[in-house]
Amino acid sequence: MSMRKGAWILIGTWVLLGGPGGGAAESPALGEPLTSRSVSALDFTILPDGTGLPEGEGDAITGLAVYQAQCRLCHGDGGEGGPNDRLVGGRGSLASAEPVKTVGSYWPYATTIFDYIRRAMPLYAPGSLTADQIYALTAYLLFENGIVDEDTVMNAHTLPKVRMPNRDGFVWALPEEVR
Amino acid sequence: MSQSDSDLIPVAGNGLLHRRLFLKTGLAAGTTLLLAGTTGSAAEKPQRDPWMRMPGAPMSPIGEPSGYEQNLVRAPIGSQPGTAGTGVSRTPLQYLDGIITPSRLHFERHHAGIPDIDPDLHRLYLHGLVERPLAFDLAALHRYPQVSRIQFLECSGNSAALAAPRPVAETCAAIHGLISASEWGGVPLTVLLEEAGVKPEGKWLVADGADAAVMSRSIPLSKVMDDALVALHQNGEPLRPANGYPMRLFLPGWEGNASVKWLRSLKVTDQPAMTRDETAKYSDLRDDGVAELFTFPMGVKSVITSPSPGLSLHGPGVYQISGIAWSGQGRIRRVEISADGGASWAEAALDEHVLPKCLTRFRAAWRWNGGPAVLMSRAEDETGSLQPDRDAALRGRTHAFYHFNGVQAWQIDETGASSNVYA
Repeated sequence: MSMRKGAWILIGTWVLLGGPGGGAAESPALGEPLTSRSVSALDFTILPDGTGLPEGEGDAITGLAVYQAQCRLCHGDGGEGGPNDRLVGGRGSLASAEPVKTVGSYWPYATTIFDYIRRAMPLYAPGSLTADQIYALTAYLLFENGIVDEDTVMNAHTLPKVRMPNRDGFVWALPEEVR
Repeated sequence: MSQSDSDLIPVAGNGLLHRRLFLKTGLAAGTTLLLAGTTGSAAEKPQRDPWMRMPGAPMSPIGEPSGYEQNLVRAPIGSQPGTAGTGVSRTPLQYLDGIITPSRLHFERHHAGIPDIDPDLHRLYLHGLVERPLAFDLAALHRYPQVSRIQFLECSGNSAALAAPRPVAETCAAIHGLISASEWGGVPLTVLLEEAGVKPEGKWLVADGADAAVMSRSIPLSKVMDDALVALHQNGEPLRPANGYPMRLFLPGWEGNASVKWLRSLKVTDQPAMTRDETAKYSDLRDDGVAELFTFPMGVKSVITSPSPGLSLHGPGVYQISGIAWSGQGRIRRVEISADGGASWAEAALDEHVLPKCLTRFRAAWRWNGGPAVLMSRAEDETGSLQPDRDAALRGRTHAFYHFNGVQAWQIDETGASSNVYA
C-alpha cells in the first residue's frame, strides 16, 4: 500500500468515526459555512420515509389536468407510453419473457415519483411545476396504476405510506460490509 | 531457422502466432527489414512528396485530428424521441489504439443535455449528516491536495446489444462504445468530508448533478473512503462540458452513472435515497422477476477492437489482433484470444501499462489463411474473475440489460469482412 493511500484510509476512518474537523495538515480548509436556510434551499433529496417532502397536496382528479397539459405528449394517454417511457401497467410481467417496467409494475417507492418529477420533469421546463401539481401528478400516476383511488390526497404524510406493488421485488447486490 | 521464422510459430488453432512478436525480442526482425532497403547510389535531387514542396499549415490554438481521419467521431449517437441530449454517444473503439481515450471522443451519457455551467457561479455543497455544512467553489478546490489516476469509465448499459436474441449487425463502437479511459485528476472526497465532519450515523452520500434533470445517485460512504474523487481534470485539462465541467464525482471501477457529472450537492445520509436512477433504472432485473439494486462494480471484460466490423482484412497474411480489457475490481492479469471460435486459446501480449481499474491494451499476431475464422477474447483480472462466455453472462439475466460482460465473437468471412456473431 502506498503512503498516500494509507493516509487517505486513515482520514476516512477518522471521518467515519465522526472525528473533529478543521482539516488535515495538508488541507487548506476553504469550505464556506452553509446556513440551514441555504441548505434547505438547495436540497432536492427525498428519502423513502418522506424526509424532504415539501408542503402541498393533490389528488388524481387534479393530476389528470396537469398530466394532459405537461406529460401526455411524451408519455401517451393515461401513461400508456410513447414516444417515451411507459408509466402505467405491466403488473405481473417482470418474470415473463417480456417484462414491462413501469411506475406501477417496477418502482419500489412512491416517494421516488415525486422526487423524479420535481428534479427532471417536464423535460423542457424542469422546475416549473408547483409542489401541489407534483403531488397531483404523483396521485394521478398511482391512480392509473390501480394503487390509490382517484380522490386519495397525496401529501408529505400520505405519500410515504403508499406501498408500491413491487416493493419487495428488489434485493441489494451490495455486500453487507460496505453498506 | 531465422529470427522471423521462429516468431511465426502457431500457438493456437487457425493461425494464432506466438505473442513474442509484440515483445522486445521481436524487434530484431523488423530492424533487419528496414536496413535491407538502404542500398543504391545517392540521388542528386531525392524525390519529394507533394506536401514536402512548401511550408505547411501554421500553428493553431487547438489541435485537430488529420482531415483524412473521418472515422474519429462519436458514433453512433442515440437520443430519446423528441430530445437531442437525452441518450448516448459512443467512443469509436475500432479506430483507436492504446489505453487513453481522447477527451473529445469520450463516450457520453446525458439525462437532460449538457449544462453550460459558469465556473465562477457553480458551488459544490456538502451537507446532511455533517458537523459543518460547507460550500466549495472551483477556485477553492484547486488549492486542495489532488491526485490523478488513469482509469476507465463505463456505462453499465454498455454491450447490452449482445443480449439481443439474434446478433445485431453493428460495429464494435455501437455494441461496446460506452467505455473510455482517461487520466482523471481531482480532490479525494475524503478530504472535504473530513473538513465537514461526518456524523457517526452517516453511511451514504446522495450526489446531485447540476444538469436540468438534477441526476442523482446514492453512494455508500465506504466507496468514497476507498478512492472517490471530485474530479476537476481529464487528460491534463479541465473537464470537458460533456464529461462534467467544472467538477464531477469519479468512482473508479463503478458503473458510470454513479460518477455524477456537474456535481452540485453531496448530502450525507443514513440510507440511500432510492432515486429513480438507482431503482427504476440501473437496477438489474433477473429472470425470476427480482431485481438487484446497487450493482455498482463493473465486471471483467474484453473486446477485440481490430479486426472488427468495418475493418476489413485485405488478403491472407499476418495481421495484428488488438483489443482492450478491463475490470472494475483491479488489474487485468491475462487475456486469451481464439481464432477458431473458442476451440483453442492463446495468451495475448499486454502493453506495458497494466493499471488497476483501467483499460489494458492486448495484442496478438495472427496468420489469416483466407478462410472463415471466429475471433474471440476473454480476460481474467487479478482477483481471479474470468470473463464469462455469452451464455453464462445471460444466464438468469436475459432482460437485465445492465452489466453484461460476456465474450464477444467476430466472424471473419472469406472476403475479410467481420461481423458480430454468437459463437
